[in-house]
Amino acid sequence: MVDHAMEIPEHPTSTGLNNVKLAMWAFLASDCMFFGSLIAAYMVSKGRNVVGPYPEDLINIPFTSVSTFVLLMSSLAMVMALHGIQTGSLARFRIWTVATGLLGLVFLGGQIYEFTEFAHEGLSISHNLFGSTFFTLTGFHGTHVAIGVIWLFSMVLASFKPGLVTQRKSLNVEVAGLYWHFVDIVWIVIFTLVYLLY
Amino acid sequence: MASTSHHGGAPHVEEHAHPDPRQYIRIAVVLAIITALEVAIFYIKALEDYDTYILLPLSALKFILVVGYYMHLKFDNKLFTYTFIFGLSVGGGVILSLMALFDRMF
Repeated sequence: MVDHAMEIPEHPTSTGLNNVKLAMWAFLASDCMFFGSLIAAYMVSKGRNVVGPYPEDLINIPFTSVSTFVLLMSSLAMVMALHGIQTGSLARFRIWTVATGLLGLVFLGGQIYEFTEFAHEGLSISHNLFGSTFFTLTGFHGTHVAIGVIWLFSMVLASFKPGLVTQRKSLNVEVAGLYWHFVDIVWIVIFTLVYLLY
Repeated sequence: MASTSHHGGAPHVEEHAHPDPRQYIRIAVVLAIITALEVAIFYIKALEDYDTYILLPLSALKFILVVGYYMHLKFDNKLFTYTFIFGLSVGGGVILSLMALFDRMF
C-alpha cells in the first residue's frame, strides 16, 4: 500500500484538506451536471427521429467496445503513473503518463474515424435528433479527452524541468488523474446508454 | 492507514493508504471482464427484453470501481465523496426527471 501524504496542506485550510484537490472534486461534480444535461437530451430524443440514418444503421459495437477497452486501460496507466511519482520514480511516472496520453490519442483517433464514417452515411449535427444529440454528447466528451491528453503531455514535459514534478508535489499528478478518470466514467455511462442500449 | 494532522487550528484529517499496483491491475481485469460481459449480453437475443436491467447495474458497477479505487474515493476523506455525490445526484436527477417528463423511462 502506498502511504500518501497529499492531504497534508502546505498551509492550514478550514477543512484540513488540500484546496486544489477539493476544487477538482467540485469541478467534477459540476461536470456531472453538465454531462447529465447532455445525456438527458439524448435520452429524451431517443427513437424520435423523423428521418434517417438511425442509430441501428450506424453504431458499430465491436469498434466502440475496443475504444472503451482502450479508455479503461488508460485509467490503469494513469494510476500506475501516480503510483510511480508517489514512490519517487520519475521514470515510471513518465512512462505511464505517456502511455495514458497515447491511449487517449488512440481513443480520439477512433472517435474521429467514427464521426467520419457517420458523416459519410449522411449524419450531421443538424440532420436529425440523433445527429444533434449524439455529436453534442460524444463531441464534448472527446473535447474533455483532448484536454486531458494535453494536460498529461504537459506534465511529462514539465517533469524534465527539475523540481516541477516531484514526489512531494504528487498531488498535481493526482488531480490530473482525477480529471482523466472522470473522462473514463463518463464514457462508461455513454457506452451503455448510447451504444449498448440504442 | 495513514493518519495526518497539522497545526494551526484546522481539523484533524484521517486518510487511508491508496491501493498498490497489484490491486490496480486486479481492478482493470475486472473492468475488462465486465465490459466483455456487457458486449456479450448485447448480442444474446434471449436477453433482448432484459438488457436494460442487466446492462445498467453492470455499468454502475464499473463506475463505482473506477470512482472508488482509481479515484480513491473509497480511501480518501468523505468530504470529497459528498461533494461528488451532490453533483452526481443533480446530474442523475436531471436525466431521470426529463425522461419521466417526456415519458421516456426505460
